[in-house]
Amino acid sequence: MQEKCWKDKMLFRYLILLILLPIKSFALIEVDITRGNLSPLPLAVSPLSIDEKSRKNFKEILKKENIGSEISIIVENNLKQSGLFNPLNKDSFLQKPDIANLKPRFEDWNLIKAQALITGKVTFVDNKLRVEFRLWDVLAGKEMMALAFTTVPTNWRRVGHIITDKVYERLTGEEGYFDTRIIYVAEEGPKTKRIKKLAIMDQDGFNNKFLTLGNELVLTPRFSPTNQMVTYLSYFRNLPRVYLLDIETGMQEVVGDFAGMTFAPRFSPDGKKIIMSFAKDGNSDIYTMDLENRVVERITNHPSIDTSPSYSPDGKYICFNSDRSGYQQIYTMTSDGKNVKRISFGKGLYGTPVWSPRGDLIAFTRLHKGKFYIGVMRTDGTGERLLTENFYQEAPSWSPNGRVLIFYRETKSNSKGEGFSAKLWSIDLTGYNERLVETKTDASDPSWSSLLSN
Amino acid sequence: MKLKNILKNGFLIVLASLVLTACATQQKASKSQLQGDVYNGQETVEYLASGVPDRVFFATNETVLTTASRDTLRKQATWLRKNSKINVVLEGHADERGTREYNLALGERRANSAKDYLMTYGISADRISVLSYGKERPVDSGSNPLAWSKNRRSVTVKAN
Repeated sequence: MQEKCWKDKMLFRYLILLILLPIKSFALIEVDITRGNLSPLPLAVSPLSIDEKSRKNFKEILKKENIGSEISIIVENNLKQSGLFNPLNKDSFLQKPDIANLKPRFEDWNLIKAQALITGKVTFVDNKLRVEFRLWDVLAGKEMMALAFTTVPTNWRRVGHIITDKVYERLTGEEGYFDTRIIYVAEEGPKTKRIKKLAIMDQDGFNNKFLTLGNELVLTPRFSPTNQMVTYLSYFRNLPRVYLLDIETGMQEVVGDFAGMTFAPRFSPDGKKIIMSFAKDGNSDIYTMDLENRVVERITNHPSIDTSPSYSPDGKYICFNSDRSGYQQIYTMTSDGKNVKRISFGKGLYGTPVWSPRGDLIAFTRLHKGKFYIGVMRTDGTGERLLTENFYQEAPSWSPNGRVLIFYRETKSNSKGEGFSAKLWSIDLTGYNERLVETKTDASDPSWSSLLSN
Repeated sequence: MKLKNILKNGFLIVLASLVLTACATQQKASKSQLQGDVYNGQETVEYLASGVPDRVFFATNETVLTTASRDTLRKQATWLRKNSKINVVLEGHADERGTREYNLALGERRANSAKDYLMTYGISADRISVLSYGKERPVDSGSNPLAWSKNRRSVTVKAN
């Protein structure tokens, strides 16, 4: 009896191991993301299979003919946008989605040169969306990962993003960045009377929503690490001040009680403080305000312009922009304002430093000989690399995994002001895979959220 | 082969001279309105009162007042002393060739240069408020040096 019980326990443990093993099995395919990827990994994203009853139910709720196909298209687009994967044309697939999900015929997928295969199944369960998906290594003929989750049907786009994150993590060994949102400034109208609104969208441009009406000028929104809050600059009543906005409730409040312009806000990594510039009598210095106890602390005290502060992910350091040397350069200091050190020494001007979520790099804007560059350097200023050059571009923001930068770019206008546009772009840390991020209106000042599912 | 080279060179020379004449005419047009790279034309200037221009212009990345700017501000100070009930807002601006956040600070500094000068000519700080727009409100929407020079400015606006 005693022995049997012990045996049962062992068996139970063994079962758990069996379930976990396929997920934790050693990597068969590995995608190297540290180099510019000129030959993206060919893979097949099979449409998620769906039974007829579930299909009809989802069609009624979501007005989508086949939600299984729709979700697979999200995964496919995400993987393609990353530049690391080359999703193959679905027309060439030989196996039906439902069969492929049960047991892929690897020869068939090998034939079309797919190295990895994603399959899955969608079902309608208790008014919810249940999705399971599998990642297969085609060459080795093995399952690499299998996961299932259930959510409300309206979350179907997020399901596509979460699947992509899991696949990306499994194949690259790095955290994904697809189940994220971008907050930005939507722009309309002539340059001299530009109307600006806060807007938010999924990382892939869907679910776009305006958060302000455009009655007052708004600039530089930034996400909190907790994702519910955004800090930004508003010219409400012609008093440019840093505000805090709760995206879910729409509640807004001014940050602190400053007798002058506050601007260039960002959250501390723990989300508890706002760091920003306060301009008084022609001098801008860096301040923090604790959001819990409202205590304001002055961090820099220098007659030059000190702005664009950004914390290191451990909160111990701050990088910022200052013209104390005569021109705009990048500096670092400890979070108490001590140990100020200039780190940018290249020709021209440097601005908008922003610390990587990995902690090892600082992204920046550089202006040299009439051209604007987005670049990165190590936190001591060494190893500067310029990723992209253009007529005008600035304000990089990191993807939460620190692999991609999003920024905005403006085009030149003629003497009548024609030809002007402002658009969001993204680029890989490697300098490859530069892409236009589509927005309905003109757009600027993007800020990337952290992973929503975390 | 030789002919081809001659033709090629000839073409280059023609092209070069075209570019040079284009430069020369452009320079002439802007020379009258630019001193260094500070705008000294009249195109965008409005008047607070007869003979009292509303704005001063700055060089790239500069917040120092030029001789012409100081002259304009002295006229404003005289007018403000005569009209002691009028308060003003000094709106500071930058051109589009700088990062947004730095330009907000730069606009604020430019408006404060003007404010300090008005104060040395006897205008009370209570009557002057300062508002920076950075690069958000250009008067000239072109992307060229002349347009940028018009946009680097501090404008004195009646507040009441």
